[in-house]
Amino acid sequence: MSVGNQNTVQLSRRRFLQVLAGTAGALVVGIRVAGAADVPVPPALLGDTLYGLGAYVRIDADGNVIIGARDPDTGTGTATSLPRIIADELDADWTRVSVVPLGLGVDDDNGKPHWTYGHQTSGLGDSIPAAWADLREAGALARWLLLQAAARHLGVPADRLRCEEGNVIAPDGRRFGYGSLAEAAATIAPPTSPVAVKTPDRYTLIGQPAGDVDARTIVTGQALYALDHYAGDALVAVLSHCPWPDGSVDSLDTTDTMAVKGVVKVVQLKPEAGIPLGQTVRAPAVAVVAENTWAALQGRAKLKLQWKAGSQSESSAWFEQQASDLVNDKNAVPAARVRNDGDVDTASKKAARRVEATYVQPWLAHATAEPMNCLVRLDKDSATLVVPTQAPQQAWKVVQRLAGLTPTQIQIRVPRVGGGYGRRLDHDYVAEAVMLAKEVEKPVKLMWTRDEDLGQDYYRSACVHKFSATLDGKRQIVTWNQRMASASALAQRGVADNRLWTSEVDAHQLPAGLVPNLRSDWYSLPSAMLRGPARGMPHLSNAFAVESFIDEIAHSLKEDPLVTRLRLIGEPRMIPLGDGRTLDTGRLINVLKLVAERIGWKNWLRTVNGFGIACWHIDGAYVAHAVETSLQGDRLNIERAVCAVDVGRVINPTGLEGQVAGATLDALSTALNLSISYKDSQVQQHNWKEYPLASMAQLPDTTEVIVVPGDRDPTGASFLGMPTAAPALANAVFRVSAVRVRRLPLMKELLRML
Amino acid sequence: MAHAQDQILTPPPSNTIVPEKVRDGVDLEINGRAYRHTGDAQMPLLWYLRDVLRLTGTKYSGEHGQGGYDLVLVDGKLASATHMTVAELAGKSITTVEGLAAADGKLHPLQQAFVDEDAIGCGYCTPGWLMASLDLLNRHPQAGDNEIDQLPNLCRCGCQTRVRRAIKRVANGAHA
Repeated sequence: MSVGNQNTVQLSRRRFLQVLAGTAGALVVGIRVAGAADVPVPPALLGDTLYGLGAYVRIDADGNVIIGARDPDTGTGTATSLPRIIADELDADWTRVSVVPLGLGVDDDNGKPHWTYGHQTSGLGDSIPAAWADLREAGALARWLLLQAAARHLGVPADRLRCEEGNVIAPDGRRFGYGSLAEAAATIAPPTSPVAVKTPDRYTLIGQPAGDVDARTIVTGQALYALDHYAGDALVAVLSHCPWPDGSVDSLDTTDTMAVKGVVKVVQLKPEAGIPLGQTVRAPAVAVVAENTWAALQGRAKLKLQWKAGSQSESSAWFEQQASDLVNDKNAVPAARVRNDGDVDTASKKAARRVEATYVQPWLAHATAEPMNCLVRLDKDSATLVVPTQAPQQAWKVVQRLAGLTPTQIQIRVPRVGGGYGRRLDHDYVAEAVMLAKEVEKPVKLMWTRDEDLGQDYYRSACVHKFSATLDGKRQIVTWNQRMASASALAQRGVADNRLWTSEVDAHQLPAGLVPNLRSDWYSLPSAMLRGPARGMPHLSNAFAVESFIDEIAHSLKEDPLVTRLRLIGEPRMIPLGDGRTLDTGRLINVLKLVAERIGWKNWLRTVNGFGIACWHIDGAYVAHAVETSLQGDRLNIERAVCAVDVGRVINPTGLEGQVAGATLDALSTALNLSISYKDSQVQQHNWKEYPLASMAQLPDTTEVIVVPGDRDPTGASFLGMPTAAPALANAVFRVSAVRVRRLPLMKELLRML
Repeated sequence: MAHAQDQILTPPPSNTIVPEKVRDGVDLEINGRAYRHTGDAQMPLLWYLRDVLRLTGTKYSGEHGQGGYDLVLVDGKLASATHMTVAELAGKSITTVEGLAAADGKLHPLQQAFVDEDAIGCGYCTPGWLMASLDLLNRHPQAGDNEIDQLPNLCRCGCQTRVRRAIKRVANGAHA
């Protein structure tokens, strides 16, 4: 390993640690990512001005420790879990640690942005895996420096010292607080190669439960979300968007609006030509800019505004019909053959039994709690923004395109975010705020109202799955044919046509690897409805369809659906799935058996309540749900929901339980109640009554989460708890009501069929 | 003597004391402190709290106030801050989430229970849950599952089962 300069340690070709003496005797260790990624030049030769410090850990002279959290926390718990990864390597006293959310880290690399902190995205399920690979060395190096400082002070070799809860402990038992060693530690030359990270037996924080670091500020109402930020003289803007992205203003009379006290200006916005979805204004819009939110809202209500329709007039009923037609049309040509194992056509001719079913799932919205908003202050040579984003680096690109400026002239602050679910990977609202700030030449605080948030989303496409499976005389599934039709979430986003299927279906999903002849085709539907990334995509819709269908196969065999699943999965073994993916059937069996045992599956046949079960795997993580339901008249009660997850090593069991329980309830709520419908391309849901997230009464009283201990590198868990909840529920509903729900939302369908 | 007499008879300089004009406005009490709103009296409480007072713990729900993110107590009763104008609140006493903890920073037992049960997702809906739970426990100190089922709040992160645990912790603790 080469050494950049005396204060840096190279971790890999692109990453290195830097040690700095902070003010007032502080020790600071950060990770930097080399900007010129493909230039094999030692970082020292590139010069320090090219880089900023990714300030990950700072030990103050008073012993307090400050750790930066680089990924936005949208409720995913990374503000707690990521700093604990560093704090564990440091052997810090967690009670002395404060976590500071890092805004966007950007340096100027000859006019191009260089991302100081490397990974800085939330909600893709990769925050913890990236941190595991990335952040531990910073804590380890800081601890090593503190040990060396203590060794010099005491005149004993460092290997005779040990660290514990913010202290270095001498052989004679004397304790030296990290704070007292920080100043000296900052002057010590780092080692020439990375310090080894801990072995798992020495973890003190990793694997131990910890509550959310922001809990106290949240329960006291002091936590500031982006929408809670004000820049003294910022004007408030609210919008009315055109239902048709390619529509236009037909007539606009602002007389009454301008008469509202406090209204300053009415501004029209339009999508920029040639810019991908999510990076510019979503649809033509009229913005009312006012001195406060109330004036802006009144002004918007008084707009006399008529929209001219766009070129498309589409309804959700038409879309679903098209999708059904496609999966049923034997001559239709798939846009992608996602998987093709064995020979389905030949093998299915010898079938002893054939099972078929079609599942329809509706359009969905993101429905974040905190609506889209953005505070922006533009000056001649700077832009300062507060943005509730999952991807600050993407937000930066939008600001830079619209405002010009050099990389470091744009500052983006990302406070805690009120829910993301993929919506905030897009930055149309940032584009709008910057355009408005340019227009009114004052700081602007943009807020989307709830009706805009639900009615002008980048939606999740409805989809139709058609399955056909054949079984042999020994009741083994011999062929599996999946045909799925939907509108890709990646269209109009600069993604190649031959990759559009990747947002809709996973090539490695169940039962791939378990059935000798398996085909998965995806049929592409055009739609004028705008789509975008969504939580759990593409697993949510596929797990519902696949795991419901496996239950239907079990039913046709008159077999316990747990037994059918265990027979399908077979012996514990490693099955290569292609693309470097592997299915560990032992881990899948384990999560299935855990939820079955917990819910009391042996009573499956006897109980008057209905039990349902489902399992899934996502990128090396395994999950299963078991749900118990009862039916009183037409009232469905979810009595219990049990979930088992295997994510490898668990960083924070409390955080993981929260994520899994939360994802379970989100998935149940979505399956029970939610759908977006539209007519003439106009969405019909505008408030919580029309898009009714489940009430407390509809949801189970408890969510029982079983965490499988593991020592593999951790995987992400932010949506792992979602995919199997809905099929387990539908399978339980079948047991209790004899109604097989093949169309979501479930309550509507159940009441129709009962 | 004459000198002192002159001093007493001399009127004070006219520019130092100006009688205060009568100010129109609405008086209301928020978290135990007196406020007078002199702006648009038809402004909903939500925007008065947020835009004027910068008490941002009460969150925006939607134009129809559904969802429960905007809940406060008015004279001890649960109310949506979206649906009440400042004018309607004249003389009333309002409690927001900022008013739950004691002056010395000690958390209200419900706040502590939410922390202890980690009953928080993204946290945006948490103030609303706290206000609704407080109202529930005021009415039903030993609230059980059936009472908790009546809470009006919505949460996409899925904090409901943890919120339920937190409320039960307080309901049981109060009578242990």
